[in-house]
Amino acid sequence: MSEIAQKVKAIIVDKLGVEESEVTPEASFTNDLGADSLDTVELIMEFEKEFNLSIPDDQAEQIGTVGQAISYLEANVK
Amino acid sequence: MNLRRVVVTGLGALTPIGNTVPEFWNSLSTGVSGAAPITRFDATLFKTQFACEVKNLDVEQFIDRKEARKMDLFTQMGLIAADEAIKDAGLDLEKINLHRAGVIMGSGIGGLRSFQDEVTDFARGDGTPRFNPFFIPKMIADICAGFISIRYGFRGPNFVTVSACASATNAIIDAFNYIRLNKADIFITGGTEATITEAGVGGFNALKALSQRNDSPTTASRPFDKDRDGFVLGEGAGCLILEDYEHAKARGAKIYAELVGGGMTADAYHITAPHPEGEGASNVMKHALEDAEMQPEDIDYVNVHGTSTPLGDISEVKAIQKVFGEHAYKINISSTKSMTGHLLGAAGAIEAIASILAIKNSLIPPTINHFTDDEEFDPRLNLTFNKAQKREIRAALSNTFGFGGHNASIIFKKITE
Repeated sequence: MSEIAQKVKAIIVDKLGVEESEVTPEASFTNDLGADSLDTVELIMEFEKEFNLSIPDDQAEQIGTVGQAISYLEANVK
Repeated sequence: MNLRRVVVTGLGALTPIGNTVPEFWNSLSTGVSGAAPITRFDATLFKTQFACEVKNLDVEQFIDRKEARKMDLFTQMGLIAADEAIKDAGLDLEKINLHRAGVIMGSGIGGLRSFQDEVTDFARGDGTPRFNPFFIPKMIADICAGFISIRYGFRGPNFVTVSACASATNAIIDAFNYIRLNKADIFITGGTEATITEAGVGGFNALKALSQRNDSPTTASRPFDKDRDGFVLGEGAGCLILEDYEHAKARGAKIYAELVGGGMTADAYHITAPHPEGEGASNVMKHALEDAEMQPEDIDYVNVHGTSTPLGDISEVKAIQKVFGEHAYKINISSTKSMTGHLLGAAGAIEAIASILAIKNSLIPPTINHFTDDEEFDPRLNLTFNKAQKREIRAALSNTFGFGGHNASIIFKKITE
């Protein structure tokens, strides 16, 4: 697992209070990990802070699963 | 119009001198101080370095970690006190009409820690507005009432009252009125406050409101003592279950006391200083007595606002003498803030509980830390110094006064058929 993926997982475990084993690439924040819309906004914000980048709203809306978050960050984090 | 009778059927307390109602009462009756050096932040640079903090609180024992993270401490404390009160009242949530059950919680400030941390974080950044989506819902003063309703499904009236240190008493009076007026049958009410933060202590220090007796925190809160030098900041929550008397009787509830009257006035004088003659304070006690259809002679105990400030204690006692006249010498007066510190928007709730338990146990909790008489106070008054006093209490009046000149008083009576 990439360093980015590890950090993403750790943030999700911390913010959503879920077990690490549940945080699979296919897992949806809202459907599988119990996040509501505010939790999702907070996750995006935490990614922005951790990786020091800004995720535009239209792209943040496309990030609904753990895998999508990791792919986006791997492609955009410098 | 026929007003319904309102009784107290459940209590919950999370205080600097006890994390449950029995622990709280045990400390009150034995005269324990809750003051100690501040642990919530490094207070080295502050004029006041002690406070009355809630101790040994394990939030996750009551609230799931994921949920707790979205709450400021003031909300967590309010929920924990509400939980105790609901259980104490023996309420079967399946059986009561939840549409006739409401929540009114007082809070003087709200999520001060959340506000302080989030704004500090922003100020330290490069100006990019990156605010946590839970910032506003954590901070707003009404959110505790909201969380309580979500947890228990209470769907009736739901809001916060904000009148500084009178907030919880205003909450209790509002709940009382809605039940009397047949708008609801049951309320969780009271107050919660958690302001022991840099901004809280620094702000009150700037007002010269806090005691600076850093060498002796446990004797710092000394209402009516000649050497009192300000209040001691406290934190915590208190909850009461108020219920229509017939509703309580029908479900066989235990009844602590009857809430018989509430008064509300304003000083219309100064933002932080009390009226020197205690005009708003005497009026509010008169209003509470009128509302209860009682005479001053019917009261045996006054739980004072008595914060241990040089001016406030004097004007309150003047007000009591004005209202009670000769009878002032026959009542017991005490300030439980000598033990708990000043819980601001939660003060009225824990002092209501202290008054109710005083009636129930026939014991007046003391004003501890009395060392030197102050000639400002009539020596014929019984200020219940240092030790609890046994006494049959027919009715007790509790005062709270807030910055802004808000005054609120309530009267509890021993329950009679």
